[in-house]
Amino acid sequence: MALDTRTGRRPSFAATLWGSTVGKKTVMAVSGLIMLLYLVVHMIGNLKIFFGAAEFNHYAHWLRVVGEPFMHEEWTLWLVRVVLLAAVVAHATSAYQLSRRDIKARPGKYLHRKPRSSYATRTMRWGGIILGLFLVWHLLDLTTGTVHAGFRPGHPYQNVVDTFSTWYGNVIYLVAMLALGLHIRHGFWSAAQTLGVGSRARDRALKTTANALALVLTVGFVSVPVAVMTGVVS
Amino acid sequence: MRLTLRVWRQKNAGAEGAMSTYEVDGVSSDMSFLEMLDTLNEELILKGEDPVAFDHDCREGICGACSLVINGEAHGPERTTTCQLHMRSFEDGDTIDVEPWRAAAFPVVKDLVVDRSAFDRIIQAGGYITAPTGAAPEAHATPVPKPDADFAFEHAECIGCGACVAACPNGAAMLFTSAKVNHLGVLPQGAPERESRVLGMVTQMDEEGFGGCTLAGECATACPKGIPLFSITKMNREFVRAARRGR
Ligand code: HEM
Ligand code: SF4
Ligand code: FES
Repeated sequence: MALDTRTGRRPSFAATLWGSTVGKKTVMAVSGLIMLLYLVVHMIGNLKIFFGAAEFNHYAHWLRVVGEPFMHEEWTLWLVRVVLLAAVVAHATSAYQLSRRDIKARPGKYLHRKPRSSYATRTMRWGGIILGLFLVWHLLDLTTGTVHAGFRPGHPYQNVVDTFSTWYGNVIYLVAMLALGLHIRHGFWSAAQTLGVGSRARDRALKTTANALALVLTVGFVSVPVAVMTGVVS
Repeated sequence: MRLTLRVWRQKNAGAEGAMSTYEVDGVSSDMSFLEMLDTLNEELILKGEDPVAFDHDCREGICGACSLVINGEAHGPERTTTCQLHMRSFEDGDTIDVEPWRAAAFPVVKDLVVDRSAFDRIIQAGGYITAPTGAAPEAHATPVPKPDADFAFEHAECIGCGACVAACPNGAAMLFTSAKVNHLGVLPQGAPERESRVLGMVTQMDEEGFGGCTLAGECATACPKGIPLFSITKMNREFVRAARRGR
């Protein structure tokens, strides 16, 4: 048999990844893990609110001067913001494209609905949408203050207490943090499979880590509004 | 046993389908599910009606021809093929719903028969070893370490039935494709085409219109041959490795 001679250029690594379902999922896994890493740091930072306004506001100020004198004021902050923005865009775009494809690939429904996958697995899409909407609200509320009446730039402690003194501030936040916990519970384990590091031997450890991360992040984030509601932080 | 069957009837690929209800009497609990359908079909033929079309061949669980979603489960309630599913898994008086595999890449041909040639095209895209044919080579000429041989065999068990696609909420063919990629990729004979195989097969899988993997795990639960979910994990790694090497 005669084989045809290859003349075309080989597609690049990035093109091969983005052009396939398996590769796009890899983009999702990596961007998800970047956001996850950020959220762990963010959650720990938030806990400083329990040490009072001075310490929390000082910490918020420090975020603007990290890396000085090598970095100019806010350079580090903007670097983190750019990476996170890229991660969110990559994650949401691949989620959207893959989900559309998945829905199209399975047009008919069976008469019986007996999903054997977990609740966290089945709520990834809705959970993701909730997280996306929350993200927009959260930035407008506590970063820019656009939707926050009485927002005081440079006074994050007061702004946080202010937000969690409204019922809707608490509801939005609590719903989003529950969605986050579920998203991470399936997402972390799933990303391990996507990146090819899961195995029978490691499955227990990966599932336990996923559950622990989900629980610690949810409890950590939720502790702030609960503290404001109960008057521990005011 | 006396049963009520609700069966998907569809004249041809273009026609609208619907569930039709039939009563079947005189079913023995030792019959296979397909023999029970044969019983129904004999009655239908005697009545001058069109028998229910369904796929089958070996009837011993090794060819992968039989299909059917029974009460919402691919190959029914037991972890086996429909031909090896026996009526003792059901109760007298049961109502049983029988539907075809449902996936955009597996269009219905007639009644319960779907076109699974998308799987053949995935195999054609790399699910083989390029080697001169002829007499069988001496078995000990190429040593294979025992763990690799076991791993290959575990994946070689895939019979290409498509239950994984039918069970997947995204109509994805990842479990099937990964079984083939891993079966051949781990063996020395398959090593020279390790990269082009996974790239070719995944590309074809996408072109056929199968969905992507969300790690729901329904495929591995439905698979009559116990192909593990981690087979997909391994293929993901193989794919990225091959994409990086660019061939
Ligand atoms: C913009 C908002 C978000 C949307 C629309 C979104 C959507 C999705 C969707 C649809 C999936 C696939 C689910 C599946 O495979 O069944 C997913 C997976 C994932 N998400 Fe998100 N998500 C968002 C935010 C986040 C955040 C903030 C994190 C960080 C913790 C995250 C981490 C992950 C991880 C680790 C995965 C697993 C990737 C994989 O399976 O390989 N996501 N997301
Ligand atoms: S992986 Fe299992 S369910 Fe899928 S085609 Fe092979 S044998 Fe059938
Ligand atoms: S008919 Fe061959 S596996 Fe069922």
